[in-house]
Amino acid sequence: MSTQPIRTDVTIVGAGPCGLFAVFELGLLDLKCHLVDILDRPGGQCAELYPEKPIYDIPAISVCTGQELTDKLMAQITPFEPTFHLNQMAESLEKTADGWWRLTTDIGTVLESKVLVIAAGGGSFVPKKPPIKGIEDFEGRSVFYAVRKMDQFRGKHLVIAGGGDSALDWALNLQPLAASVTLVHRRDEFRAAPDSVNKMRALVAEGQMRLEIAQIASLEGADGQLSGVVLKDKERGEWPLACDTLLAFYGLTMKLGPVAEFGLNLHENLIPVDTEKFQSSTEGIFAIGDINWYPGKLKLILSGFHEAALMAQAAVRVAYPERKIRFQYTTSSTDLQQKLGVA
Amino acid sequence: MRIRVTDHEGIEHALEALEGWRVMEIIRDWGYPIRAECGGACACATCHIYVDPDWVDRLLPLSDEEEAMLDQAFDVRENSRLSCQILMRPELDGLHVTLAPA
Repeated sequence: MSTQPIRTDVTIVGAGPCGLFAVFELGLLDLKCHLVDILDRPGGQCAELYPEKPIYDIPAISVCTGQELTDKLMAQITPFEPTFHLNQMAESLEKTADGWWRLTTDIGTVLESKVLVIAAGGGSFVPKKPPIKGIEDFEGRSVFYAVRKMDQFRGKHLVIAGGGDSALDWALNLQPLAASVTLVHRRDEFRAAPDSVNKMRALVAEGQMRLEIAQIASLEGADGQLSGVVLKDKERGEWPLACDTLLAFYGLTMKLGPVAEFGLNLHENLIPVDTEKFQSSTEGIFAIGDINWYPGKLKLILSGFHEAALMAQAAVRVAYPERKIRFQYTTSSTDLQQKLGVA
Repeated sequence: MRIRVTDHEGIEHALEALEGWRVMEIIRDWGYPIRAECGGACACATCHIYVDPDWVDRLLPLSDEEEAMLDQAFDVRENSRLSCQILMRPELDGLHVTLAPA
C-alpha cells in the first residue's frame, strides 16, 4: 500500500520528549513538523516505561511523572500544530530526485521533507519474544505477538501467555470465537484492569476458559505449525498442552530496527553526530536524544532538549538556505510570542 | 567488594563492586550483556538474573512492583530477581548471580 506523499519541512522519527521538544524549537523558526512513532500515543519511554514514575532532573521542575512531562510538552507545542503518525514504524528512507528525504512507514504513509530528525531513543518498541528454542520457526504462522485481525483466530485452540492487560484483553476478546482459550501465566495474580481479571475468572469458573499457572518450557510442532506447548512449574514438573496457536504478551522491548538501514554511520547502534548541529554523517539528517552519540554524551532528557535547540538552528538553514535567521528570545520577541499565540 | 556473575556461556566473572551501586549497574559497567532498558526504574524486566540459592535469603525481599515486573521476564524461577533492585552493601560481598536468558 502506498499513499500520496505528504510534503512538510521536517519529519521527526520518534515522538518521545526530545522529538516533541524539537517541534517547539523548529516551530519558533517557522518549520512545520510531522512525527512518526510506533507507539499508539506520544511520549516514548516516558509514556511506555515510566508514565507514573517521578523524574527529578528536568530544569525548573522539581518533580513530574513521565506522563506529566509528556502532557506538558504536548501543551507547549500545541501552537505549532504538529501532525502525528502513530502506530507505525519508519521503515525506509530514500532521497527524491529533487533532493527531499522520502520516509515510508510500515503501513505505507509517505512523508517527504527537507530535513529528517531522528529522535528514536532506544529504538522502536516491539513485542518481547520469549527465548524459547525454535520459536522463530513458528512466528507469523502459529506464534504471534500481536493481533491484527481477530478473525484469523476463529476456531483455533489458543494458548495466550502473559499476565497484563494485553494478555487479558485478547483472552477475553478472542474467547467467543476461538475453539478454546488457555491463559498461561506464571503466578495467580494479574497486573491488569480489575474488571478484565474478574471477567476472566468468571469464564474460568464456568469452564469457558482454562487458566494454567505455569510457564512455557518448549514448543511442539513441525513446519511452522504448532501442535502444542510444554508447560512447567516447580511442583508439577513439565506437561504438554495441545494447541494450534500461541499468542505471547510479555511487554515491549526496544530495537533500533530499520533506522539501522538508513545508510547512516553507526557507532554501537547509535548515530554519531557533531555537537554544533547534531547532524549525522549525512547532510540534512539530524539525530537528537538517546539515539545519538558524541564524546561526553549523557542520556538525559535535558541533553536532548539542548540538542533539539541547536539542531533547529542548523535545520532551518538546510531547509531554507536563503532565509536570514535572527536569534530571538521568547521573553522579548513579539514575533515569537505571536507564534506561541500569547501576543 | 566483589560480585560473581555467570554469563550466558556459563563462565563466571568476578567483578569489583561498589557500595550503593545497583547490581545491574555493576554488570553493565563491566560491559556484560544486560539490557537494563529502563535504566533501573523497575519498569522493563530486562535486567533479570538468578541469584545463587545460598544468597537468596541475604537479600531484601522483592517488592510487589518487582514481583509484578517479573511477569514480563522469561523462565522466572524462585531465585529470580531484577538486578536493578539489588543495592550493593558490605554484607553482599561475594554475591553470586547468573544472567537470565534474554
